[in-house]
Amino acid sequence: MSNDEYKSKPRNHGPGPRIAEKPKDLKNAIKKLILYLDKFKPLIVIALILAVVSSILSIIGPNKLSDLTDIIKEGLITGINFEKVKSISVFLVTLYLVSAIFNYIQTLIMTNVANNFAKNLRSRISIKINRLPLKYFDNNSYGDILSRVTNDVDTIGVTMHQSLGSLVSAITLFLGSIIMMFATNWIMAITGIVASTIGFVFMFIILAKSQKYFTLRQIELGKLNGHIEEIYTNHNVVKAYNGEEESLEKFDKLNEKVYECNRKSQFLSGMMQPIMSFVGNFSYLAVCVVGAILVMNNEISFGVIVAFMIYVRLFTNPLTQIAQAMTNLQSTAAASERVFEFIEEKEMDDEKNIKKRLHKSKVKGNIVFDHVKFGYNNDRVIIQDFCCNVKPGEKIAIVGPTGAGKTTMVNLLMKFYEINSGDITIDGESIRELSRENVHDLFIMVLQDTWLFEGTIRDNIKYNKENVTDEEIMQALEVVGVDHFVKSLPKGLDYVLTDNDSISAGQKQLLTIARGMIKDAPFLILDEATSSVDTRTEELVQKAMDKLTEGRTSFIIAHRLSTIKNADLILVMKDGNIIEQGNHKELMNKNGFYAELYNSQFKK
Amino acid sequence: MFKLLKKFNRKDVLIILICVVLISFQVWLDLKLPDYMSKITTLLQQSDTGINSILEQGGYMLLCAGGSLLSAIVVGYLASLLSSTFSKNIRKKIFEKVQSFSMEEIKKFTTSSLITRTTNDITNVEMLISMGLQLLIKAPITAVWAIFKILNKSWQWSAITGVAVLILLTMVVMLMIVVIPKFKIVQKLIDNINGLTRENLLGIRVIRAFNAEKYQENKFEEGNIKLTKTQLFNQSMMGIMQPVMYLIMNCITLAIYFVGAYLINAAGFPDKISIFSDMVVFTSYAMQVIMSFLMLAMIFIMYPRASVSADRINEVIETFSTINDGDVEEENYIKGEVEFRNVSFRYPDSEEYVLKDISFVAREGETVAFIGSTGSGKSTLINLVPRFYDATEGEVLVDGVNVKDYKLNILHNKLGYVPQKAVMFNGSVKYNVSYGDNGKEKASLDKIKEAVRVAQAKDFVEKMSNTYDSNIARGGTNVSGGQKQRLAIARAIAKDPEIYIFDDSFSALDYKTDYILRNELKKYTKNATCLIVAQRIGTIINADKIIVLDHGNCVGIGTHKELLKKCSIYKEIAYSQLSKEELENE
Repeated sequence: MSNDEYKSKPRNHGPGPRIAEKPKDLKNAIKKLILYLDKFKPLIVIALILAVVSSILSIIGPNKLSDLTDIIKEGLITGINFEKVKSISVFLVTLYLVSAIFNYIQTLIMTNVANNFAKNLRSRISIKINRLPLKYFDNNSYGDILSRVTNDVDTIGVTMHQSLGSLVSAITLFLGSIIMMFATNWIMAITGIVASTIGFVFMFIILAKSQKYFTLRQIELGKLNGHIEEIYTNHNVVKAYNGEEESLEKFDKLNEKVYECNRKSQFLSGMMQPIMSFVGNFSYLAVCVVGAILVMNNEISFGVIVAFMIYVRLFTNPLTQIAQAMTNLQSTAAASERVFEFIEEKEMDDEKNIKKRLHKSKVKGNIVFDHVKFGYNNDRVIIQDFCCNVKPGEKIAIVGPTGAGKTTMVNLLMKFYEINSGDITIDGESIRELSRENVHDLFIMVLQDTWLFEGTIRDNIKYNKENVTDEEIMQALEVVGVDHFVKSLPKGLDYVLTDNDSISAGQKQLLTIARGMIKDAPFLILDEATSSVDTRTEELVQKAMDKLTEGRTSFIIAHRLSTIKNADLILVMKDGNIIEQGNHKELMNKNGFYAELYNSQFKK
Repeated sequence: MFKLLKKFNRKDVLIILICVVLISFQVWLDLKLPDYMSKITTLLQQSDTGINSILEQGGYMLLCAGGSLLSAIVVGYLASLLSSTFSKNIRKKIFEKVQSFSMEEIKKFTTSSLITRTTNDITNVEMLISMGLQLLIKAPITAVWAIFKILNKSWQWSAITGVAVLILLTMVVMLMIVVIPKFKIVQKLIDNINGLTRENLLGIRVIRAFNAEKYQENKFEEGNIKLTKTQLFNQSMMGIMQPVMYLIMNCITLAIYFVGAYLINAAGFPDKISIFSDMVVFTSYAMQVIMSFLMLAMIFIMYPRASVSADRINEVIETFSTINDGDVEEENYIKGEVEFRNVSFRYPDSEEYVLKDISFVAREGETVAFIGSTGSGKSTLINLVPRFYDATEGEVLVDGVNVKDYKLNILHNKLGYVPQKAVMFNGSVKYNVSYGDNGKEKASLDKIKEAVRVAQAKDFVEKMSNTYDSNIARGGTNVSGGQKQRLAIARAIAKDPEIYIFDDSFSALDYKTDYILRNELKKYTKNATCLIVAQRIGTIINADKIIVLDHGNCVGIGTHKELLKKCSIYKEIAYSQLSKEELENE
């Protein structure tokens, strides 16, 4: 997401992406919504049928009630026929009960559908995250994705179950009363409908307007969310630099925008109800006036007017409900648009066609880089023309100044990014021909940023590997030298790591190394894995790693040159190319870039 | 909830009062409508009425309806104004509050929970206010007014209405008792979902490297199912409300007619007709009563969730930072001095000390380095200076004044802090380097360029497509770890602080860059004091004072040479990094 609001400069001339702020396509969103709801269609249909039945029952209700009124009215003089009163009452009670039960079943089904749909969407987002190329995350903020998982899906879940059922029953009522009206008298019917149509027009004008603000509101909320996430996560720097005011200023700006959209969308959607009830009264009046004229011309009886009074109510009430349901539905649409957008984001290449598979236990461990060329953006190549042949069991160290492309090498090796040209082969097989899952399976990778999740130490160490005993875990912990530390924690292996734990970065790093140890694989990648471990601990880790590297082809990226002195091959990278290679002694004798790099650590 | 509502200011109260008046007016008009309707009905029954008298009554009726519409629109406008202003203000309040928090409070709430509280929870409360406020005012007014109109008609009918209302209320109360606790759980489960997604996003490379996508997805699914189940239960329970409402509404009419039939039958002839017409009017007003309770019930549907959200918001607002501003503002004649006097520290919820009885002084222009094994308390020590945490015992002094006595921004202005994990903001390089407010003018472009140069970031910054205006993505995902670290260092340099604090800030740099950077920095900041936490001996070899920490204890203070002689732990660290000859060459 681009953001050029920080600068006093008017516009960023770069080609950075900007958010399209035009209202999006409601029809399209609803079409898609229906498409996504496919699985639930049978249930929805049942629910809708129930809704229809329950509404038809409620059209019959008033009719029967007016029968009851007639009987009582007739009985004013002659005495009331209680037999009939009782039978109608029993009939009506049954009717009401059945209608209520159907209604509830309908609600239950729709609640189920809405929640399962929301659940589905959340799952899809969660799965989607793992199918997107890493590139996607370079350009999109986490806060934005988070907002889709919670806010947007939530909106969909809540509004959908409220809107669909009532929409259908309202439409049934609406159509039912139109039929009843025309069956009774067409002039009166047209009068009632024309009067109500004015309501329709208003409704749709408002609907269109408020929809725009609803979409805008979700967009602005997403932006605000992104900012909040950033500031909360970087709390310590914001504090230390007195950045509070600045971030507050930006927050205010974003907050103001959310407020504007909020106010407008709320106001507009809140106006529907009063307008509709006004239209109800207006059509009631129109029916009375036209009816009176007709009565005076002796074209209809008084009873018809009374009947129409009920019909007009039955006709306009659902309009209000429809309006309400539409408001809900449009928030559903606005939110689902954003969710679908994410779900439909371009995924990594499908690998179903890849049949070839290198088995972990059969890999010899040969890796060849063959004229590899790569850049994160097309306009900037990071790796120029990289060639290298790594023999089984070798320990390869990659060194070089920051930005030389060391980590990028790992990204390519792991197939996190696709190379532009050239090839990387494992045991002679191009990684293009292997699935990502297969490639990942062959590597143990320990990264510089220590990622651990909220959970017990045991779960963190064994991670997704099954059948790992506590002994094995303890062994791994012992090898990296944190067994005492773990044992000293309140619950040992069951100690739950949390987000802002007081466990130091180094300890976390050691835990991630232990995690890597548990996963057994023929190749090893250490991407500056020891940079946040102190040097004393590092020595321990180093020994453990040496054990781990035995028989494995390993790649080690390190700043501390002491850690790689014993590597079989040291690749010295600069600006995306290898400028020197050899072992430590050779490179020192050469007295080139490496030697300079190495000596610089002891200079005063 | 009510605590939150107390945040309404006088203007808000005025708006609410206006709303009350307008809504009363609206209710009055709405209840007047049936009168005109019945008048029209009577007119129609009289065969000699001209069209004009109908139109006259109709005109009044339209006037009523129009007036009602107008006031409803005004009320709608005011309510939307009120609720969105309210949410805007509360959101700001929380944001400001969170900014004032120390690390301790952030840790307590967790970042992801704070994010949901600032966004999702506020939306929940806002919804209640925007819809609820109108209903809350309108429902009681309508109920009272309508009840007033039907009183004295017949005790039997009133009893029926009363029973119906009682049934409704019982149902609502029971639902609330069952459902409200569950709503609290829902919010927690949403937090959980949020947290899991965050986790997945942050660990995306590791997850992929471990082929653990399925594992993460299963974990997510577990939380997802829990959330869905709880919500399903809640909504299914709440779903009972509407059908029962309608059932009661329908039955009440029927019951009134049914009882009415007996009443009419029992009455004498002259009363029969009046009872009959009363009956019809009574049903319409009874309906109004029930309807107003229905409106109240709608609030009850929204209330639980909003109330839970309100509690969560309150929790944030009512938490006070354990670290408060002092009042020292004036500059001292001492500059660039940091002193620890018998400082001990432990986390509030922990027994064990992380730091024990640390004392040292760093004077102007000195470089003091901290070294020790992982978990020895180096970072914690350094975090006490900018007051991310406060010392449990002892005193930390900057320029001779206890850090607790400073106004925080004055204290922070003196410091140039570079964290272990370099932090980037979404914005240009320029923005990132000149970030914050150091009490002076914003750094000029020249200043920024100079800082970037000293931090050894010039090369790559000037290679970027827009150089200093290039955009850094949120979280700095489009620059490498080492680049991030150098920009973070440049940020500290651009601030011109008296005291630099480097919390292991060179770890992502290669030796050469590290070396050049430190040399340049030394040249650039002759008078500044430096506190450096480091892993590499090379980084601190020239420090004026090296403090060796072990399990929170200070086990040695001195220069590199002194320590090599007298401090065994230091020797151990040194030998693990440098060979004997290298050390002896020194």
